[in-house]
Amino acid sequence: MSTAIDVLRKLLRDPAAAVGLLIILLLVLIAIFAPLLATHPEAIWDMNPRQRLLPPSDMYVFGTDRMGADIYSRILFGARITMVIASVAVGAALLIGVPIGLISGWTQNWLGEVLMRVSDIFLAVPQIVLAIAISQTLGPSIENVILALSVTYWPWFTRLVHAEVRSLKNETFIEAAIALGVPTWRIILLHVLPNVASPIIVRTSIGMGFTILTASALGFLGLGAPPPAPEWGRMIAESREFLPQAWWYALAPGLAIFLVVMGFNLLGDGLRDVLDPRIRRAGARR
Amino acid sequence: MRILALILQRIAWLVPTLAGLVAVVFFISRVIPADPVSKLAGETASRAQIELLRQKLGLDRPLLVQLADYYRQLLSGDLGTSLFTTRPVWDDLYARLPATIELTIVAMIIAVVIGIPLGVVSALYRNTIIDHLLRIITVAGLAVASFWLALVLQLYFAMDLGWLPLQARITGFPPPSITGFYIVDTLMEGNFTRFRNVVAHLTLPAFTLAFPALATVVRFTRAGVLETLQKNFVVYQRAMGIPSGLIVWKYVLRNSLISTVTQIGLLFGILLAGAVVIETVFQWPGIGAYAFEAILQSDYAAVMGFTVYAGAVFGIVNLVVDIGHAILDPRGAGA
Amino acid sequence: MPAPDDNLLDVENLRVSFGTERGVAKVLDGVNLTIRRGEIMGLVGESGCGKTTLARAILGILPSNAQHEAGSIRFGGEDLLKMPHHRVDDQIRGRRITFIPQDPFASFNPLFRIGSQAREVMKWKSPRRPENAGRGLFGFFSRYPRARRKADEADAVEMMRTVQIPRADEAFDKLPHEFSGGQRQRLMIALALMPQPDLVIADEPTTALDVTIQAQILKLLKRLVKERGVSVLFTTHDLGTAYEICDRITVMYAGQEVEMAPVGDFFQRPSHPYTVRLLESLPKPGRELREIGGEIPGLIDPPAGCRFHPRCTHATDICRMERPATTSVSAAHALRCYHPVGATVLP
Repeated sequence: MSTAIDVLRKLLRDPAAAVGLLIILLLVLIAIFAPLLATHPEAIWDMNPRQRLLPPSDMYVFGTDRMGADIYSRILFGARITMVIASVAVGAALLIGVPIGLISGWTQNWLGEVLMRVSDIFLAVPQIVLAIAISQTLGPSIENVILALSVTYWPWFTRLVHAEVRSLKNETFIEAAIALGVPTWRIILLHVLPNVASPIIVRTSIGMGFTILTASALGFLGLGAPPPAPEWGRMIAESREFLPQAWWYALAPGLAIFLVVMGFNLLGDGLRDVLDPRIRRAGARR
Repeated sequence: MRILALILQRIAWLVPTLAGLVAVVFFISRVIPADPVSKLAGETASRAQIELLRQKLGLDRPLLVQLADYYRQLLSGDLGTSLFTTRPVWDDLYARLPATIELTIVAMIIAVVIGIPLGVVSALYRNTIIDHLLRIITVAGLAVASFWLALVLQLYFAMDLGWLPLQARITGFPPPSITGFYIVDTLMEGNFTRFRNVVAHLTLPAFTLAFPALATVVRFTRAGVLETLQKNFVVYQRAMGIPSGLIVWKYVLRNSLISTVTQIGLLFGILLAGAVVIETVFQWPGIGAYAFEAILQSDYAAVMGFTVYAGAVFGIVNLVVDIGHAILDPRGAGA
Repeated sequence: MPAPDDNLLDVENLRVSFGTERGVAKVLDGVNLTIRRGEIMGLVGESGCGKTTLARAILGILPSNAQHEAGSIRFGGEDLLKMPHHRVDDQIRGRRITFIPQDPFASFNPLFRIGSQAREVMKWKSPRRPENAGRGLFGFFSRYPRARRKADEADAVEMMRTVQIPRADEAFDKLPHEFSGGQRQRLMIALALMPQPDLVIADEPTTALDVTIQAQILKLLKRLVKERGVSVLFTTHDLGTAYEICDRITVMYAGQEVEMAPVGDFFQRPSHPYTVRLLESLPKPGRELREIGGEIPGLIDPPAGCRFHPRCTHATDICRMERPATTSVSAAHALRCYHPVGATVLP
């Protein structure tokens, strides 16, 4: 699509957004090529008591953890966990939330109200509280984290889509389509959906960032993937008892989380600036 | 009159929302493959003993009956009994509430008092070095995992430099409890050593908690101010030579604050979400840490109780924010 | 000894451009404008011709992407562009030159009462304010002595009565949205006259009002400024309004001023082709609509020379190369054109 290329070009003109895009590309590459990039690909699952808690050195770029495993390699493999959790959770939230939002925004009857109220329920507490409640009862595992996160994130998409659809319904071109007798599903698919695509895309990027933060918080609290999975949040939790001596143990995974979330946030901001026609640049007129 | 209608409408709405919340968590917690009862009974229990325990706990009845029971229980103000502390969950929460409130309020104050002026400055100096710097800091602020920030700050300020205490609310004995807020109580007691102690302990947790909220406040204030600066009344005041400092800090700020106030509900959500993790890291004896401990002990009643409680508090805060918004905007119509 | 200058305002060769994303827009291309004491000068032109920019340049409130490339703005003999900023802020703007905005609906801050906003103007711009009164810290912490405040408030209420605000003494406590558009514009007139200025810049003050109200406001404004001997720079795109109120009229097109004449001469002996076409395009019963062919040029890459030449039937080569200098048709009637229209205007 030519518009996709246009968007990309405009995006790359914004230095912050370009950086964000770069970071995410790196993340994807690292996740895919972790075994090739890691210095100790075999060692991340092993126990190596003689190498525990070594500071960063030539051999161990970020030092070793309490099991003696190379932290750098663990972080690279942890990127896979992060990407999987974030993509699946946000993807599922999107697949659930957007259709519900479309329906509730379009219908004028009780169904729309009920759906919005249901989404309100999931927004009644901050995401992490509900995610904790769900994860705790289900037990620590990657699948449960994904479940908890998607179940708590879909309302954000629903709200967004609902509001957009509601305002779009008042647009003349939609009224025209209805008057011409175009079937509802066609209208929604061909006219409404493309117009709500932009806010959805922005929300997706920002959602990835927030989801990664929440997922790592769950990992930190012990609710994520069980050991010895190299989940970043859990690695930080493990490091606590070895502070302040093993400072590298806490620093590295945290920096990884920070960079990745930064990347998604920068990209999301950049996308918003490029895609949202309502953003006006102040001044420069007259 | 409109305000009264708004309050009633929102309260009426809060109840079914909470009920729905309870139902959701309830069903999820009961529809799991792992069997909590056998975990409770212990490894050596026999089948018969497990069944007995199940009956005793009422967990063998149909799910809907259990849910109805739970509702009844909630309506009588009973949030259940903690499996771990064996005290009513409500009592546990109530005892730990002041710690969390004190932390949250201080964090909120930090976020607002520092954030709003920074947001205004960022807007005034749009696209200059200051603005870019602030924007980088705010984006970073939203990208940092709060528990990690907490650890890093602990590492540096508490362990390396030793300037600030590592954890807890106070070293030594707490002040005689009047409000439960140590800051207030130590002042009322007149004990300044203890007061300084309390403030030192509050510093790291409050700042860490405030960080994402601060970033949000700066962003929203910046956007609000930028939008207000376009308005015609600003042009008019400039044209009539009113000092620009006044225009910005008295008039523009007031107009853009309205939208900032509505963000306080959002802020509160951020702070509440952060409280769980921050309290854990800093060993702060509040309800967030309580929730975490409850998780560790698989204390279902406590976690459920906490969830319901958080839902109610959140709902009330949003209601208060809406009321405040209606009052602040004297036009009576939406902004 | 220099000759007495009874031009209150003398804009000479003002060149202003704006930096935009798409390039540099040359918004004012060497504009000349004079206003005498006590006269109402109309600045007429279509949207985008630069009249608002000129007004704002005189006030000194151009946006930050504006560049002064050349020219001077002499007010009472002194060049405002060379004056130190704080003097312009304090003593000129809002005091000797005041402003009536186009949009009465959005020009008052909706959250503050009228009295409070009026008081703010009077605190800084009342004629009673001593010249050495400081501005405090960014405008805060400066004193407003009680005696002066009371006197100023009494003056304000009196002025509100003069502009026919009903129940003027209660007006202070009301919020802007409690007044109609016409009333708010009257309040604006009051606020513009309270500092006892020499020049009022009225930027299309009746455009946003209903037609029936427009006439009232115009009559009121004209009466009040004539009574006080205040000059007015009155911008508008509506020739009918200009006819009602102005003593002289300057026509602008695409950032260039093209003709300046007393109002009678303007309507009866228009000389610039653009002016002629403008007047011809006014609807007249019994005659079909006449339009001016072509479009207003963009300002980033404007036509060279006289910017009207692409649409002008009289244009020749020199018109396309160099902008005409100012010539006189008669004593008070000036023109910038190589091929003025000689004949009298339409029947």
